[in-house]
Amino acid sequence: MTNAPDRLALEGIVKRFGAFRANDDVNLKIADQSIHAILGENGAGKSTLMNVIYGLYTPDAGRILSRGKEVTIGDPREAMALGIGMVHQHFKQVNTMSVVENVVLGLPGRQILDLDEDRRRIETMAAELGSEIDPDQLMSTLPIGTQQRVEILKMLYREADLLILDEPTSVLTPNEIESFFKLLSRLRESGRTILLITHKLDEVMDLSDRVTVMRQGRVEAELETSATTPKELARVMVGRDVVFDVPHTPPKVGAPVLELDRISAVDDRGVSALDELSLSVREGEILGIVGIDGNGQRELAETVAGLRNLTSGKITVSGRDAEGYDPAERKHKLGVGYVPEDRQKVGLDLDSDVSLNMVLRGFRERPFAIRGWMDYARIRSHAEDLAKRYDVRMQGVSQIARDLSGGNQQKIILAREIEDNPRVLVVSQPTKGLDVGAIEFVQRTLLSQRDRGDAILYISSELEELLLVADRLAVIFKGRIVGELPASEATSEKLGLLMTGKEVA
Amino acid sequence: MFEFLINPAQLADVLSTALRLSIPLIFAAMGGLLCERAGVFNIALEGQILFGAFGAAVGAYYFGSPYAGLLVAIGFGMLSGLLLAILGISLRVNQIVVGIAIILFATGFTSFMSRLLFPGGGNSLTLDGFGPINIPILSDIPIVGKVLFAQNGLVYGALLLVLAINFLLFRTRAGMSIRAVGETPSAADAAGIHVFRTRYACVITGSAMAALGGAYLVLTQVLLFSDKMSAGKGFIALAAIVLGRWQPKLAFMACLLFGFFDAVQLRLQFNNPEIPFQVFAALPYLVSILALVGLMGRANPPSSIGRPYDREMR
Repeated sequence: MTNAPDRLALEGIVKRFGAFRANDDVNLKIADQSIHAILGENGAGKSTLMNVIYGLYTPDAGRILSRGKEVTIGDPREAMALGIGMVHQHFKQVNTMSVVENVVLGLPGRQILDLDEDRRRIETMAAELGSEIDPDQLMSTLPIGTQQRVEILKMLYREADLLILDEPTSVLTPNEIESFFKLLSRLRESGRTILLITHKLDEVMDLSDRVTVMRQGRVEAELETSATTPKELARVMVGRDVVFDVPHTPPKVGAPVLELDRISAVDDRGVSALDELSLSVREGEILGIVGIDGNGQRELAETVAGLRNLTSGKITVSGRDAEGYDPAERKHKLGVGYVPEDRQKVGLDLDSDVSLNMVLRGFRERPFAIRGWMDYARIRSHAEDLAKRYDVRMQGVSQIARDLSGGNQQKIILAREIEDNPRVLVVSQPTKGLDVGAIEFVQRTLLSQRDRGDAILYISSELEELLLVADRLAVIFKGRIVGELPASEATSEKLGLLMTGKEVA
Repeated sequence: MFEFLINPAQLADVLSTALRLSIPLIFAAMGGLLCERAGVFNIALEGQILFGAFGAAVGAYYFGSPYAGLLVAIGFGMLSGLLLAILGISLRVNQIVVGIAIILFATGFTSFMSRLLFPGGGNSLTLDGFGPINIPILSDIPIVGKVLFAQNGLVYGALLLVLAINFLLFRTRAGMSIRAVGETPSAADAAGIHVFRTRYACVITGSAMAALGGAYLVLTQVLLFSDKMSAGKGFIALAAIVLGRWQPKLAFMACLLFGFFDAVQLRLQFNNPEIPFQVFAALPYLVSILALVGLMGRANPPSSIGRPYDREMR
C-alpha cells in the first residue's frame, strides 16, 4: 500500500476571497481506501478546501493529483468523472422531488424518463448500506439521517470511490450517529476512500486512519490517528491548551422562577407540538431539556420567549402570568433572555453591524434611544464594552455580523441577552456548529450566569454537553416531559431510553 | 342579461370566442411557466407578445407569407429572451426590473418601427394570415365541433404546446433538470447539471412561445399591427401561471377561464349597449384578481425563482 499512489494529493493550494486567504499553501495526501479526517475550527478553511477539490471553487494556485496524475477540476462534473463525490453539510438536494429523482438527477440516460430500473437499484444499494429507503418518497418528508443516506447513495450511484463528507454528524441525533459510523466503516471495507471534515475530536479519534489539522487556512499538522491524543489535536487545532471540563460546582437553588403549567402549542404546520407540558426552573439552576430533535424543543423555547402562542396552559415568570407580553416585553419587563436555535435567522440581523446587533432587543428604549432618536455614540461604546468582555473577535463594532464566525456571532447574542441580568434564560442549541474553544466559552458563561441566580432552560441535542452543564435534566418526547432526573444520576443509556418514549424501570 | 349562455348558437359563439381569446394567453403562460420553472422571472411576457406581433407583421408584410411572419416573430421573441437571460442570469440584474425595461422597450420600439416600416402605419395593413382548418367529421359536431375543430393551425399548436410542456417537465430527463434548476440550483449544479445553460435555453424558448402569442393576434385575428396591441395579455398570463400553480395543465385551464370571461364581457357589451363598455371590459381583470385572492391557498412557486445563481457565493 505504501507504493500505491495516493488517492488524492493536493500541493500548495491557495484560495483567496478578496484579500482574505481562506486556503494558504495547503498540502494534503489521502491514501487509498482510508478514512482521512480534516480537523479544524469554524473558519479554518476546511469547507473551502473541499469545494476546491469538488470543483466548486477554482484555486488561485496549486496542483491537484488524482492517483498520481495531475488534474484540473473545473466543476463538479469533472470531479465526478474522477470518482470524487461530496456530501455537503447543507445537503444538495431538491426537496420537492422524490428520492429516485434526486439520485438520478443530472445523470445521462434516455430522455424519456423510465425510473423503474433506478428504483430497483436504489433499493438494493440501500439494503447493502443497511438501510431501507422508499425511492418514491418526497425528499422533504424524510428524516435528516435518511436524507443524508440518500446523499451518500447518490454519490455511490455515480460510482464515486472518494467520498467527501462535510460535517456529516452535525445534523444527526446520537442514535443516528452510531449507525452512521458503522456505515462509514462498511464503505471503507468495500474499497472506498473517505475524507471526513469535522471539528469534533471524538469523531476523528473513533473513525479516522489519519488526520490533517487546519487552522486559519493553513495545515498545522498531519498525524497518524493512533499516534495522537484528543488533547494534542485540540491544542494544534485551537492553538492553545483547551480545558475540556468546565468546573461544575453544586448549584445554590432558590425558589421556582419559570413555571410552565400544562402548556400546549402547535407547530408551523398546525400540528400539536406541545401537549400539556409542565415544568419549573428554579433560581440558580440549569434545567437541561433532552430529546430527539422535533419533539417540541423548538416550540417550547418559542412559547417561553413569546414567539409562539399557547393553545392552552399558563406560563409564569417570577409569579407573573406571561400571557399578553410580547417578546420584547418579556425581556424587559419579565426578564426573559432568549438565545435562539437559529442564530442567523432569529438571533441576529446578519446585514447589520455588530453594534446594532448588540442592542437589537432594546434600541428603542433608554439609554440607546431618547424620544425616538437613536444615540449611536452610546450604542457604539456599549457594543465595544460588551465585545471586550465577551471576547467577540472582529475588526470593529461596525463590522457586519454576517462576516463573523459562528462562535463570535453566538457571543454577540449571549452578551445581548445576558447583559441586563435576566431572571430566566432560555438557551436553544447554543453550541451547535461551534468549535471547542467557543463551546467552552458558552458553557462557562452559562454556568456563571447560573451562579448569579438565573433560572436557565437549556435545550440541546448534545447529550454529553447537557450531562456536563445541566443540574437537572428533563426528557421531552412528543411534546411532553416523560422523565426528570438530577444530572448526577443520569446516564446516556437511561436518557436514550426515555428519549425514545420508553419507560425506565 | 345572461340568457345567451343557454342559447345554443350564442353559447357556441361565446365558447369559440373564449378559446380564440385565450390562445395568446396560453402561448404566453406556457412560455412564462417554462422560464419560471427554471428559476427565472419572466415578467416581460407583455413586451414579448408585442415583439411577436410586430415581428409577425414585419415577416408577413415583407415576405408576403404568414409562415415568414411566424419565423420573424419567433426570432424577435428569442432575441428578447436572450436580452433577459444576459441581464437577469449572467449579469444578475434584478429580473423584475429587466422585465419592466423590456416591456417599455418593446412598446416604444414597435410603435416607432411600425411607422418607419409600414407605409401608412401598421393599422392600415391587410396581411396574409392563417385561415381555419376544419377537421373533417369532428367539426360537424354541434357546439363542440365549431369550438374545437374549426380553428386555425396556431390554435391547435397552442393546445399541443400545453401537452408538450407538460410532457417535457414531468416525463423527461431534461424536464427534471429544469425543475431542479428552478428549485435548488446549487443541488442541480452539484449533480452535474449546467445551471446557466438550462436557464438560458428555457428563457429563450419560453420567450419565443410568448412571441407566438403575439403572432397569433396578428396572423389570425386582426391581420394588422397596432400599437400596444398586447393590451395586458402578458400580465394576465402571469396571473394564469400563479393561479395554475406552475402546472401546465392548470395554467392552461386558468387561461381558458380568463378567455371565457373576456368572451362573456364582449357579449355583454354587445347585448347591453346602454351600459358603458368599460364596466364590462374590467371583468376579466376583476376575475383574475378575485381568482388569485380566492384560490391562492398554498401555491408554491419554484423556490429559486428570480434569484440569479452564483456558485461561489458565500
